[in-house]
Amino acid sequence: MNVFRLEMWSPYVVGILIGLLNIVTLIISDKPLGASTSFARTSGMVRKLFNREKVEKNEYYLKVAPVIDWGWMLVVGIIIGAFISAKLSGAFEVIVVPNMWQAEISSSFFLRFIIAMFGGITLGIGARWAGGCTSGHGISGTAQLSILSWVAAVCFFIGGIASALLIYGI
Amino acid sequence: MLEEIRNNKGMQLVLGLIFGIIFGFLLQKGGVSNYDVILGQLRLQDFTVLKIMLSAVIVTMIGISILRPSGLVKLHVKGGSLKNSILGGLLFGVGFGTLGYCPGTIAAAVGSGNLDGLIGGMIGIIIGTGIFASMYSKMREKKLVTEDRFSKVSLFDKVEGNSLKLTVPIAVVIFLFMVILEIAGF
Repeated sequence: MNVFRLEMWSPYVVGILIGLLNIVTLIISDKPLGASTSFARTSGMVRKLFNREKVEKNEYYLKVAPVIDWGWMLVVGIIIGAFISAKLSGAFEVIVVPNMWQAEISSSFFLRFIIAMFGGITLGIGARWAGGCTSGHGISGTAQLSILSWVAAVCFFIGGIASALLIYGI
Repeated sequence: MLEEIRNNKGMQLVLGLIFGIIFGFLLQKGGVSNYDVILGQLRLQDFTVLKIMLSAVIVTMIGISILRPSGLVKLHVKGGSLKNSILGGLLFGVGFGTLGYCPGTIAAAVGSGNLDGLIGGMIGIIIGTGIFASMYSKMREKKLVTEDRFSKVSLFDKVEGNSLKLTVPIAVVIFLFMVILEIAGF
């Protein structure tokens, strides 16, 4: 079982296995891999605690119901799976500020949290506007040869490269 | 038998969790639970993210080609428009570069101990999707969220006969791109 203790696997091996996983989920669950919808469902669940009626009447939450479903459990599973993998290889480490950010930008955790939250908000709006994320559009959608997914995936990287170069310089 | 499993809601929740554990395990082993690896990709220094995505796309695409004729797998093509994909996609990209994780990899990052992913990023994404839900009706009225002729369109439905004659050439092009990346030293 040494292979599970390795810190890194070849990206090609990982990619091929994610592809096979995608096929298995399509067969057994009739669903492709995707993550961002679950965050939208969670936002509805949290808002329901404060204003139930508003959430129940919201046009978007009527489409994306704030309930725990297959995809929501998938995201919970990702957290657990990554934890198991990191523990097995000894790579698990509580990190407050990522290394690259600390070396080139700042070691302030406050600044990193603010920027991360700003990035998260922007990403969250964009993901639901485009209708998917790096997995839903970027892997599952492109593999289904969806034209809109290919366009979205290219735009993810254009925006991502632009903002990364703006933050870190060329 | 397969229909029974697919329609069993309780079992699907358990399966979702199991598939998620495998997915998270793979994302962490691939290194994409790490901010530095994702930013390395967006700064065009390290192509791990693209190598994982493109390998996964080849396998999924060829798998669909082989299994779809028997009805074992169905397509789930998203609706929307070029406008949604471009404007939403660019905005997503800006967030992707700023946060340094995407919705799937941030869950893996949290599992491997990244607190900026949990406290900053995950809460941010939940707030962002909540803001979108609040703006959704207005955005539809103002035609910022639309559906056009590309909505739910897949090239799989455009080929006559065996879809492998389309997917194999695409896989070859992606494969050659990855070979070039390796030769170029990425």
